[in-house]
Amino acid sequence: MDIQLKRGLLDVCVLASIKDGDSYGYKIIKDMKPYLEMSESTLYTILKRLELSKMLTVYTLEHGGRLRKYYHITSVGLKRIEEFKKEWSEVMSIYQFVVKEETEND
Amino acid sequence: MTKQEFLYQLKKKLSGLPKSEAEECIAFYGEMVDDRIEEGISEEEAVSIIGPVEKVVAEIISSIPFSKICKDRIKAKKKINAWEIVLIVLGSPIWLSLAVSIIAVIISFYAVLWSLIISLYAVFASIIGCAIGGVLYFFLSLFIGKSFSGFAVLGVSIFLIGFAMMFFIACKEATKGSLLLTKKIALVIKKSFIKKEEV
Repeated sequence: MDIQLKRGLLDVCVLASIKDGDSYGYKIIKDMKPYLEMSESTLYTILKRLELSKMLTVYTLEHGGRLRKYYHITSVGLKRIEEFKKEWSEVMSIYQFVVKEETEND
Repeated sequence: MTKQEFLYQLKKKLSGLPKSEAEECIAFYGEMVDDRIEEGISEEEAVSIIGPVEKVVAEIISSIPFSKICKDRIKAKKKINAWEIVLIVLGSPIWLSLAVSIIAVIISFYAVLWSLIISLYAVFASIIGCAIGGVLYFFLSLFIGKSFSGFAVLGVSIFLIGFAMMFFIACKEATKGSLLLTKKIALVIKKSFIKKEEV
């Protein structure tokens, strides 16, 4: 898949994983596992990118005698998910067109 | 590999990054291992799931834009430069006059060298001029009836032409030699600059 496209998709996946409640690194990976495998280093770079673009905020809580980072989605992040849904319906209609063209030509 | 070993290696490999960046990254991977251990996975396995340190480092570094790495490098250099600037300003009466005199010496050396070459050609031109004058006098002497002195001058002129030919070869060699010398000196100056940059 196109790297740029995949990167955009994964960004939205991570945002979706914290949409219904704050989460932490390992939980995000676990939650996504049924749908897609994401490595720690991939997740790390995505989280950094999303934090930089202010789509999520980070805070630290104590957990079992150690610190754990939690990620909270911002309004910018929520907007991005909505944008993605709209974009995707466009992508889907383009896909339908491509598939239709192919079946007609066969 | 234990968690401690993994994080130590990660820290070592990320030492080129800004400190805050490296620390954040180490904390993230440490948390990942801890969360897995909490789930009942062994420490060894939790570390191996993350993958080889090299792969992790490669991914982190490739995700940082090149411009940011450059900026951090320049920032780091600027700190030293503040002192350097002070030294440069304080030392300017010494190094400025030294630099000017060194440049002056080099320029005057070139000026002397090339004026010497030019004067050699001037001598060559004057010899040829004399010879041509002599030949002209010889023809003139035939008309005005002073052929004796005319022949004498012609002899001298022919000698001068021969001498000028040899002299021209010498001139050419001298030019070649000084061109070579110029190039060599330029090379030495260049090399000294490159060495300074390496340090």
